Amino acid sequence: MSQVTTQPNVDQIWDWLDAVPDPEIPVISLVDLGIIRDVAWEGGTLVVIVTPTYSGCPATSVIAMDIETALRDRGISDLKLKTQISPAWTTDWLSQKGRAKLEDYGIAPPQPAGGPDKCPHCGSKDVTRVSQFGSTPCKAHWRCQDCLEPFDYFKCI
Amino acid sequence: MTREDAFTQFLLQMGDNTLILGHRVSEWCGHAPVLEEDIALANTALDLIGQTQMWLGLAAEVQGDGKSADDLAFLRDAWDFRNVLLVEVPNEDFGRTLMRQFLFDAWHSIQLGRLMKSSDERVAAIAEKASKEVAYHLERSADTVVGLGDGTEESHRRMQEALDYLWPYAGEMFQSDEADAEMVKAGIAPDPASLREEYDTLVSRVLTEATLTIPESRFAHKGGRTGAMHTEHLGHLLTQMQWLQRAYPGAKW
Repeated sequence: MSQVTTQPNVDQIWDWLDAVPDPEIPVISLVDLGIIRDVAWEGGTLVVIVTPTYSGCPATSVIAMDIETALRDRGISDLKLKTQISPAWTTDWLSQKGRAKLEDYGIAPPQPAGGPDKCPHCGSKDVTRVSQFGSTPCKAHWRCQDCLEPFDYFKCI
Repeated sequence: MTREDAFTQFLLQMGDNTLILGHRVSEWCGHAPVLEEDIALANTALDLIGQTQMWLGLAAEVQGDGKSADDLAFLRDAWDFRNVLLVEVPNEDFGRTLMRQFLFDAWHSIQLGRLMKSSDERVAAIAEKASKEVAYHLERSADTVVGLGDGTEESHRRMQEALDYLWPYAGEMFQSDEADAEMVKAGIAPDPASLREEYDTLVSRVLTEATLTIPESRFAHKGGRTGAMHTEHLGHLLTQMQWLQRAYPGAKW
């Protein structure tokens, strides 16, 4: 850990945050998830604005801790995290890179139609919903009728 | 009643509804009929508790006496709670739990839709966030009520019994008092009675599809949202929910 003497620019900080994985879906970063809304210097204080995915998501406090740790490790000691609930988080804020990584990982990315367009394992369009909820608040549980594998679908909200 | 008192009361009503229902629904964790339902109920409870943090957090802020959302949740006694009686009634079977959820979700979704236009930005922001989650809750509880109501002979019977039991608790959600009048005047929240028509339309559409009959009586159990009188069940619920903070004040982990 080193104390920085000059302020890193915000692009650099966005890059650092893009290297912090989501604690529950570690293949995507917090930036991919779209929950980092703004990064700005206010005088000597770095202010990071974070929006929660689901209001009761247990990962929220872990995420705040991970952001702090990542930035402190880069020498930023004067740091303030602000929670912003409006505008409410939407899956439209997932990055294209994030969507592709989700699919590679076996999680179908959100679709405006309200269900996955294809099985993330075999690509079949013949998929069926098992449950509206899944292993985390942001996912639902689906199954492929061709390869018979169950999979998570990232809910579209 | 001052505007500030009325505002606090309104925020407690919103937060206590989600807190008490969230706790009730969480009682199913590890006990639901199938794994998927267990997960769905736990996720619903989680959303409700998350919304509670926002409502009670704002209530504490408006009260301005240095309390936190946790203090309000864990250190108040039964008579200080402002939730409607509907959310504190015991779960009974899975059918009654889902019927209660549907009767609440239908009101909740309409209420949040109105609150998104609140003159208080903080209220509007919480409503915007919560309404996305509640739209999802309503979709699921309505589907399940239809599935079970229009299901087997036994599931139909149980859902009709659940509706007969719970219907007299629905009316309280639409009762207004002077605190509500104050909120309407300030443009913060709608008159509860003004939600009734939209509620009846939504609920009767779903219950008709579920082949269930809405009881004719408009009798309503009341006293929860004003704090006048809760059912005996709330105290029992609180002994469990508040046990840790009561036994070990200020405990953190």
